[in-house]
Amino acid sequence: MSVVAMLFFIVVLLFALLAAAALLTWVERRLLAWWQDRYGPNRAGPFGILQAFADVIKILLKEDWIPPLADKPVFVIAPAIVAVTMLLGFAIVPLAPGLVIADLNVALLFFFAMTGLSVYSVTFAGWASNNNYSLLGSLRTAAQMISYEVFMLLSLVGVVILAGSFRLTDIVDAQRGMWFFVPQFVGLVVFFLAAIAETHRLPFDLPEAEHELVAGYHTEYSGMKFGLFFLGEYLGMMLSSAMIVTLFFGGWLGPPFLPPIVWFLLKTAFFVCLYLLLRAALPRPRYDQLMGYAWKFLLPVALLNIVVTGAIVVATRSPAEVGS
Amino acid sequence: MIDERSIAAAKRAQTSERTRSESWLWSQVAVLLSQIRSMAEVFLHGFRRRETIQYPEEKPYLAPRFRGRIVLTRDPDGNERCVACYLCAVACPVDCISLQKTEDETGRWYPEWFRINFSRCIYCGLCEEACPTYAIQLTPDFEMSEYDRRNMVYEKEHLLISGTGKYPGYSFYRVAGRAIGGKDKGEAENEAPPVDVRGLMP
Ligand code: SF4
Ligand code: SF4
Repeated sequence: MSVVAMLFFIVVLLFALLAAAALLTWVERRLLAWWQDRYGPNRAGPFGILQAFADVIKILLKEDWIPPLADKPVFVIAPAIVAVTMLLGFAIVPLAPGLVIADLNVALLFFFAMTGLSVYSVTFAGWASNNNYSLLGSLRTAAQMISYEVFMLLSLVGVVILAGSFRLTDIVDAQRGMWFFVPQFVGLVVFFLAAIAETHRLPFDLPEAEHELVAGYHTEYSGMKFGLFFLGEYLGMMLSSAMIVTLFFGGWLGPPFLPPIVWFLLKTAFFVCLYLLLRAALPRPRYDQLMGYAWKFLLPVALLNIVVTGAIVVATRSPAEVGS
Repeated sequence: MIDERSIAAAKRAQTSERTRSESWLWSQVAVLLSQIRSMAEVFLHGFRRRETIQYPEEKPYLAPRFRGRIVLTRDPDGNERCVACYLCAVACPVDCISLQKTEDETGRWYPEWFRINFSRCIYCGLCEEACPTYAIQLTPDFEMSEYDRRNMVYEKEHLLISGTGKYPGYSFYRVAGRAIGGKDKGEAENEAPPVDVRGLMP
């Protein structure tokens, strides 16, 4: 792509993502209502779709208050970090053949770098707010995200072994024969659980568990700063859905009666809905259960997955193939 | 010395250790499965009947004794029932009724003004229970929202209706023993003429 076309693509993607995140609030409320025998917001515009924009306008007009005892610069920068890192994460997601901002050969590592950086947002927010609930919430988040990141990475080693590359377009191409969710089913389950914990969506939203921590790390936030946290959360949800699709469900691949980008978007939308269904259906675990599950169950399973995948690959492929 | 008992105990401990770790693994799997099941059940809820009543278009059912907007009723002759006894104002737990008693030339009491602040009223119905004349009554109407809070204060002309409300035939002065213009002592319904307590005749 030429530089102009690339810039145009970046701008379009940026606006599309922001609009999608705003719209997702409406989708989430409608779907939750649908699963709870209600209607949800259905008044503003057709099917209530303008509700999302009404919410955006409202949150932009809200008073933006910084608590007097807060550490101001850190307090202000924290919500920006999560939104920026999540947006940057989309730079490596291939929407369709050739339709990717940065086709890095270490794309997967870039993705982990971005999710890793977003931990700072939460820790900064909790520390700078100067509020007990915020601090406890951010401590929890830091512990949760760091431990789930460990085997989020490990769960993908199987995929990398099979594809032989960290480049996402190569990984998608390697799935032409069979989507990786079949040979890497264990990896998929582990990655999915870890992705929920990473974006601290329900049921793993202990960092902001209302019943014990008020609102966790964003207790003191209001107005658009709070909105940015929300934006980051929804972007994270979309990013991890897109990653699941790219890594396990063949990315843009699909029967040729639809263009590749439509396949990609459809699959991503399916996983976003799955995220919402999780929120509607499951209660949150206790914090020690969450951590115990991570270290005692998911970590061994992820390690086992690597060993088994590696053994099978070594046993079935010729040494030249493995070496390449 | 290793006797049989200690060997058996050691074996028991070993097996229980193993079953414990096995059952822990199974419980983890069972947890996963049960969560998938509850997800499926919640998903199926999408195809149930909606519980929501789409309010402005679709009206909810209101029971006949639903307690809503308060009215002041009139007796069958068309006169105000309220005799300004203040009992409702006393009974009201949130003190939202206020009124001022006055009298006409025949000695009949009535409220000079009568005011209910509906932004405070909790629709408990205690005023209705306290009222000796059935004057104050709650009706099944709740659609009284306002943009300005001050408009929630209803004056007597807003409260007074032309009918008798829930108690059609009742008129307080017709049954009360009080002398009032055109009706002397002993002339009320079911009332005996007054006894001359100083007279000697039985
Ligand atoms: S209904 Fe209850 S709160 Fe309302 S005016 Fe009567 S006594 Fe007061
Ligand atoms: S409404 Fe009833 S209770 Fe209240 S002052 Fe009038 S007569 Fe008395």
